Amino acid sequence: MDFISILSIFVLACFVGYYVVWSVTPALHTPLMSVTNAISSVIIVGALIAAAAAEVPGSKWLGLAAVALASVNIFGGFAVTQRMLSMYKKRERKDG
Amino acid sequence: MAEAGQVHTDYVIALGQSWVMLAYLIAGVCFILALRGLSNPESSRRGNTTGMLGMAIAVVTTLATHEIASLPEILGAMVIGGGIGLVTARKIQMTAMPQLVAAFHSLVGMAAVLVGLAAYLNPMAFGIGIRVTPIAAPSFATIMPVSRVEMALGVAIGAITFSGSVIAFLKLNGNMSGKPILLPLRHVINLGTLGAILVLIALFEQNQSPLFFGLIVGLSFAIGFLLIIPIGGADMPVVISMLNSYSGWAAAAMGFTLHNSAMIITGALVGSSGAILSYIMCRAMNRSFISVIAGGFGAVASSGEAAAIDRPYKRGSAEDAAFLMAQADQVIIVPGYGMAVSQAQHALREMADLLKSKGVRVKYAIHPVAGRMPGHMNVLLAEANVPYDDVFELEDINSEFAQTDVAFVIGANDVTNPAAKTDKSSPIYGMPVLDVEKARTVLFVKRSMGGVGYAGVDNELFYRDNTMMLLADAKKMVEEIVKSLG
Repeated sequence: MDFISILSIFVLACFVGYYVVWSVTPALHTPLMSVTNAISSVIIVGALIAAAAAEVPGSKWLGLAAVALASVNIFGGFAVTQRMLSMYKKRERKDG
Repeated sequence: MAEAGQVHTDYVIALGQSWVMLAYLIAGVCFILALRGLSNPESSRRGNTTGMLGMAIAVVTTLATHEIASLPEILGAMVIGGGIGLVTARKIQMTAMPQLVAAFHSLVGMAAVLVGLAAYLNPMAFGIGIRVTPIAAPSFATIMPVSRVEMALGVAIGAITFSGSVIAFLKLNGNMSGKPILLPLRHVINLGTLGAILVLIALFEQNQSPLFFGLIVGLSFAIGFLLIIPIGGADMPVVISMLNSYSGWAAAAMGFTLHNSAMIITGALVGSSGAILSYIMCRAMNRSFISVIAGGFGAVASSGEAAAIDRPYKRGSAEDAAFLMAQADQVIIVPGYGMAVSQAQHALREMADLLKSKGVRVKYAIHPVAGRMPGHMNVLLAEANVPYDDVFELEDINSEFAQTDVAFVIGANDVTNPAAKTDKSSPIYGMPVLDVEKARTVLFVKRSMGGVGYAGVDNELFYRDNTMMLLADAKKMVEEIVKSLG
């Protein structure tokens, strides 16, 4: 991919992000933060590439460390978001 | 043999390249849908699952399309990290969410730095290197200049995210005072450091020297630290949103380096999400983003505290409060961080249930900056099984206070201060506040009369005729009210 295609994806994604995030209800801003945190750990892709290649040992170990850190975030971030979201309940009909 | 493997891999990658790109694109779309789901609590759980799916696609695609020297090591790293993450997510108290999120941000930042360093050491693996083979020396790889800028930016933002988040964590966790630490000439130092980082990135583009790269990393760690220490506890909701944004931009920069659409889409989403949350928080405090970043807010708090004024106020007991609320048609509860600190949310919900059983309408009013991070109060109430349709945002409920019998303020202070509407000299002037004083009676739960709010200003609400102060620990007071109601 050339630089302009990448930049196009980036700019359009910023606009998508802008509109999607404004549509998030304020009551869910904390889960929004924890889930964005989890997905920003997609940086694990870079970590895996480094960890998979063996020719430079230093690079491999840095990659493995990054894989571990990003994994904390991925599993922790999604799990804590799930835990929070499962707590949001509607009012029961009887006292409505 | 190794040569043949290399050729084979290149062939497979070329053949499957469009599929690979498609897979990353799908992962990116999953992440968009994950955020889209958060537009209401019903769809949010499905959204979160979609996010997990996106992550699984990204990870599996990466593993499937690269030749892996040692899969057990990689899986081991994932199991260790994932285990720590899962245990933490299960054990963490909801009151401690801001610290947890700050800690998680620091990990993303550090991961970005490590990936950048790894890419610097082994650019060929990342597809950003050009193999140079001089006649009389071992071959080496130079990094393409564009990639140098991209990875330098990614590493710099990652490092700032890391050290900034560590400071934010220490402040939120109480290991470090919430009071701003003001260095002399800090604006000059900060701008100088930022300028130096930009110059170094330009130099690095010209010359792939380890010295430049190391300095970029080092100075970025330093500036993250310097940027956050002068920011006071009251501004933490902005700081944590801002760091959220940075972690996104770091991922995006790495996505540029790796030409990876999943990373770029995610980075843009997270970056804009954090930026919007920062904006919402700033607006809710009537502060400009620049003034928050410049720091120092709350540094003068001590002077306000010293002037603890001897003005007459009405003090009530739990029985008085129970009587007033049981007689009311409508009660609006205004929770703040103090409620979270004393873990009063469960007792509060019990109180609300008792009142409802007596035919009283009970609603909750939440100010955007109540708590230490955006939406913090909503999560705490949800944890206490408060139905989310009883919980209202400031603009949706503010007009109702005038028709409300009792406003029950618990652990909130500055967000109810009428001075924000009337007193031009007040540091919180112009901040949107909840109009609690318009209710027939205001019950104000507070530990003692001495303390002031985060902003360090006295609250004239305490001394009004229609205010009754309930001086006690929030949880104890609510429990006593529950007893009197029962």
